[in-house]
Amino acid sequence: MGYDLKLKIWRGDSSGGQLVDYTVPVDEGEVVLDAVHHVQAMRSGDLSCRWNCKAGKCGSCSAEINGRPRLMCMTRLSDFDPAEPITITPMRAFPVIKDLVTDVGFNYVKAAEVPAFTPTAEQPQAPFRMAQVDVERSQEFRKCIECFLCQDTCHVVRDHEENKPAFSGPRFFIRYAELDMHPNDALDRKKLVQEERGLGMCNITKCCTEVCPEHIKITDNGIIPMKERVVDVKYDPIRFFRRKPKAETR
Amino acid sequence: MSDTERHQYDVIVVGAGGAGLRAAIAAHDAGARTAVICKSLLGKAHTVMAEGGIAAAMGNLWPEDNWKVHFRDTMRGGKLLNHWRMAELHAKEAPERVWELEQWGALFDRTADGLISQRDFGGHRYARLAHVGDRTGLEMIRTLQQRTVALGIDVFMECTITHLLKDGGAMSGAFGYWRETGRFIVFEAPSVVLATGGIGKSWKVTSNSWEYTGDGHALALRAGAGLINMEFVQFHPTGMVWPPSVRGILVTESVRGDGGVLKNSDGERFMFNYIPEFFKAETADTIEEADRWYEDKKNNRRPPELLPRDEVARAINSEIKAGRGSPHGGVFLDIASRRTPEYIQKRLPSMYHQFKELAQVDITKDPMEIGPTCHYVMGGVEVDPDSAQSTVPGLFAAGEVAGGMHGANRLGGNSLGDLLVFGKRAGEHAATYASGLAARPAVDEAELERASEENLAPFDNEDGENPYTVHQELQQVMQNLVGIIRNEEELSSAIKEIDSLRHRIANLTVEGHRQYNPGWNLAIDLRNMLLVSEAVAKAAFERKESRGGHTRDDFPMTDYAYWGKRNLICELSSTGEVGTREQSLPEPPPELAELLEEGH
Ligand SMILES: Cc1cc2nc3c(=O)[nH]c(=O)nc-3n(C[C@H](O)[C@H](O)[C@H](O)COP(=O)(O)OP(=O)(O)OC[C@H]3O[C@@H](n4cnc5c(N)ncnc54)[C@H](O)[C@@H]3O)c2cc1C
Ligand code: SF4
Ligand code: SF4
Ligand code: FES
Repeated sequence: MGYDLKLKIWRGDSSGGQLVDYTVPVDEGEVVLDAVHHVQAMRSGDLSCRWNCKAGKCGSCSAEINGRPRLMCMTRLSDFDPAEPITITPMRAFPVIKDLVTDVGFNYVKAAEVPAFTPTAEQPQAPFRMAQVDVERSQEFRKCIECFLCQDTCHVVRDHEENKPAFSGPRFFIRYAELDMHPNDALDRKKLVQEERGLGMCNITKCCTEVCPEHIKITDNGIIPMKERVVDVKYDPIRFFRRKPKAETR
Repeated sequence: MSDTERHQYDVIVVGAGGAGLRAAIAAHDAGARTAVICKSLLGKAHTVMAEGGIAAAMGNLWPEDNWKVHFRDTMRGGKLLNHWRMAELHAKEAPERVWELEQWGALFDRTADGLISQRDFGGHRYARLAHVGDRTGLEMIRTLQQRTVALGIDVFMECTITHLLKDGGAMSGAFGYWRETGRFIVFEAPSVVLATGGIGKSWKVTSNSWEYTGDGHALALRAGAGLINMEFVQFHPTGMVWPPSVRGILVTESVRGDGGVLKNSDGERFMFNYIPEFFKAETADTIEEADRWYEDKKNNRRPPELLPRDEVARAINSEIKAGRGSPHGGVFLDIASRRTPEYIQKRLPSMYHQFKELAQVDITKDPMEIGPTCHYVMGGVEVDPDSAQSTVPGLFAAGEVAGGMHGANRLGGNSLGDLLVFGKRAGEHAATYASGLAARPAVDEAELERASEENLAPFDNEDGENPYTVHQELQQVMQNLVGIIRNEEELSSAIKEIDSLRHRIANLTVEGHRQYNPGWNLAIDLRNMLLVSEAVAKAAFERKESRGGHTRDDFPMTDYAYWGKRNLICELSSTGEVGTREQSLPEPPPELAELLEEGH
């Protein structure tokens, strides 16, 4: 069942680089990350890549496999034709540090800009009472493993460095959505996310949803409802003075 | 060393898992200038992988539950070798720490009354684990990470600490390198909190990642602190076994907590044949009683599948050895025939995906194949229970790197609680210690020179060995000779093998440059792995009995009279070898001792 796999891996750093060919023996059931580890152990000990859990839980091993943003640990070799080489390149939207490792600092900056969870005056102190149905929508977004594949794929920043300062990206749109839908959060971040965090720049192409390894419906459940809420807020000034609605329209 | 990057803090926390982040928040809240340092990106520490939940006796589903029951379960699960005071503090404080996460934005699954829901786990008398599906660790680390960022605490990501620095007998800081550039960095700080997690990457079949090289354990040993209970390594009963590349990846205990059962190749629920005397009174002995327990815990006893992990792992091992294993050398874990597909997908979504995507098994239709995997180290830095300070002034430890809390075996869910309770304590006490000093300790420049030379040595060797090869050999040695079942002969050959590997790592060669070079990083980590492996093997050699996560087939009985009253402490000798010393186990006060009796 084992065979010799041909790989083309991008090697280089911020000053440039190229695809390098490797051939390594692989076994049944292996994933792309296993093949990269074989290269490290047998061919090139200084090949850089990130990984931790090897089970799709930590979001470290993001890369582009045959041009598609994916987790290396969740991409099975059996999905590919054994006769064809597999090409692995670093995420394109972020500056390369070395080989498959990119500088994802952009995302940590955007994370730090999010105004933190702030409990309501009704329930200022945990333990909170919150119904399961009311937490579920936010829970979907909290499944995010911060692999940043959606950020990598979003055309607003993928080849447009100039858009980065004003655009938080899909991962953070669902972070704002999560807080907005939290049944016990008091802050209103809708205007902020629309006007300063770039929600308005998203034109709902849904590419982010397609690459999300957690199958979070980023656009349908996060971005689109947020856009609708923003519209509500904009045209209904009375709502500014009300507390955030608890029961949401579906 | 004058051109090396330097920083001054009151408290530095090495590690950004649950324990490290909680410690940093506490130190910051106490007014200390605080930094967190971690090998991976923020949010990627092992804590992110925890699945099942956080054990805390909140009593949301079972009002009968309280800290006393949790204390008792923890001590009995640890085969009474726990430090009673740590188990007491943990049981008392875990609920507050969980509510604090909610206060900071965590969204746990809810009960019908809108409170935090709690789930069943092995060794816990009541449903006690606060959880979010089977991704509790993600919720916990994200919440703590978001809090850390909101408070503006400095985080040094992808930065590895290789040496602790001392001034006289006390801490003065730490030395390490940036993984991105390979450049060195010095932290000057009177308080250092170790929160580096575990050691499992020294075994071949493991649920642990590349980060688990025992750095904190080794740093503490070299700084002069003692490690306690190092012979106790937890092999989780349920790791994946097939395909080979995922062997060892964890299958959460929640599968059993939520109704899954273990079967052998004859289709028998074999755990009924392995109920030990110690747990007879509290374990169901018929299938009917076991199945009733999920709904009615008052009138029925717990199913044997939910015995503590050491018992279940040994039982699985025996079934496989007796030839009743599954096709790929495990046994079957079956929830498909016991719960509806909707229930399984709702409660265990990440297990569902893990099996579907990595093994092409649909767990709502077919049983899983599982076997034991190296998972957790009970042993760690010996600390004062209340302050989390080691015997070295200014050196604190919390989380998996600390020892004592779990005794000979950890109950599931008790680690996440441990991180929060002792992380907070360590951070607070580290801040207090730093602010109480009359003068700041100084960093010794000669020590920095030595540290930098040691770290760069692998670049100077021409035709040395490949660090990956040595690592694989170490994993093989630990797997074969210091595994679930041990004996004197194998342990003594392990000690010899480790010694010879130690000589070999003096002669490693690495390719390339210092920038983001995993080969070089591994060469440095290997020193820690070997030192910690030596401690495990030597402590395991000394403890001539079987208890919890330490089973000797040459001493199969638990020895209550002698070993039941002793911990082993590992320390570093002046020649750089690990030595062991017996230390008497602290006895609980009568009112707590009483809780441990049968029938409570
Ligand atoms: C798959 C899996 C599932 C689990 N499920 C559960 C569960 O349901 N319930 C439960 O209670 N427990 C569970 N556990 C155990 C629990 O998750 C861990 O014991 C716990 O998360 C360890 O936390 P920690 O804060 O001590 O360390 P970690 O979260 O591992 O963090 C260690 C940190 O130290 C850093 N570090 C290490 N060495 C260095 C160095 N030299 N320099 C700088 N930084 C360093 C790392 O980068 C990392 O940030 C599980 C474990 C695994 C592997
Ligand atoms: S839907 Fe919006 S956020 Fe998502 S990829 Fe398209 S433009 Fe980007
Ligand atoms: S939303 Fe999905 S794709 Fe984006 S970072 Fe989170 S897990 Fe990754
Ligand atoms: S290694 Fe964790 S997601 Fe791939």
